[in-house]
Amino acid sequence: MSKANVTVTVRKANDSISIVDIRGEISAFAENALMDAYTQATSAGASVIILNLSGLEYMNSSGIGLLVTLLIRANRQKQRLLTYGLSEHYQKIFELTRLNEAIGIYKTEAEALAEVRG
Amino acid sequence: MSDHTVEHQIQYRDADNWARPVSRLTVSDVPSGAVNLNMCGHQVVGPLQGFGQIWLRTYRIRLGGVKVTPAEVVKDWKENLAKFQPPNNHFYPSLTGVKPGEVVFIDTRLPILPGLPGILPLAAGVMVLYADDEMFTVMTPEGHPLAGWITFSAHEEDGCTVAQVQGLCRPSDPIYEFGYRFMGGELAEDNTWFYVLESLAARWGAKGLVQFEKSLLDPNVQWSQWKNIWSNSAIRTTLYVLAAPLRWVRHLFKQRLASG
Repeated sequence: MSKANVTVTVRKANDSISIVDIRGEISAFAENALMDAYTQATSAGASVIILNLSGLEYMNSSGIGLLVTLLIRANRQKQRLLTYGLSEHYQKIFELTRLNEAIGIYKTEAEALAEVRG
Repeated sequence: MSDHTVEHQIQYRDADNWARPVSRLTVSDVPSGAVNLNMCGHQVVGPLQGFGQIWLRTYRIRLGGVKVTPAEVVKDWKENLAKFQPPNNHFYPSLTGVKPGEVVFIDTRLPILPGLPGILPLAAGVMVLYADDEMFTVMTPEGHPLAGWITFSAHEEDGCTVAQVQGLCRPSDPIYEFGYRFMGGELAEDNTWFYVLESLAARWGAKGLVQFEKSLLDPNVQWSQWKNIWSNSAIRTTLYVLAAPLRWVRHLFKQRLASG
């Protein structure tokens, strides 16, 4: 199994919305990068965290487990978690694992932001 | 080139490792000895669809002194899944084996007091959600004691292969949550995975102690999921077992009618 092959960066859309850009692979090796990004977003005051998964190239079941763990942490902090940019393949994975019932899925960043801003 | 065209040209490396989305489980071939009672027609559930507290439990064992790769361990694990289980846990993989989308029937007994052997019958199963050369993950159906995923894997660590079982689960309904906390369910789960890893290590001639970590990811229960009780497989199995004499009488009656 290869080591972490993921790049995770955080940017702010505004004071309460942070966007986490994920490029590469989400597996168990991505845990530190993902959780650090979440911590960074939360420290910046985000009540909404949007995951940009348009750069997702590979995900195994450990990876989906990490996303669930992230969602649980967000829920406990009364934060909202959304995603955008999922390919058709990974939308099916979200549907299979029923993650789509808990995380909002949008096509573009603009759509996700529009949903949040109402 | 449009995004749509690019989408179809991308072959994701994990494409063949995942099961296909299913609305409800279907079973074509039931392995001999398995009870197909609480699988067909059930939805699969993740940790988000359960009732109780969410736990991340990790059990691992170092296969010290043995030259074996993670891929060899997992290949053997898939082929001999049932053999590593404790005596009261009967696993029946489908005839196709441990592959994405396949089901594994389970016949076991749940405890009613901590530390005592299980006596409450349970016919359930799991679906193989994901499988590659170094890991496979099963997902539980409605009615299973736990809602969530259990991953079986092996990896290399400091020159030694480590086998691991990791569960990201929560009890499915209020009855299971009570049983998990107060009737020995949690202890039974830990004992099962300790046994499995020790059996697996013994198969490779390795000796080691199982290391265990648990983390309570969410101490809150989801009261909105109390309705999961209607799918409780332990209750359904118990009723099925209690109704066995009635089925015998009905079978006898049909035979008499058929013979004129």
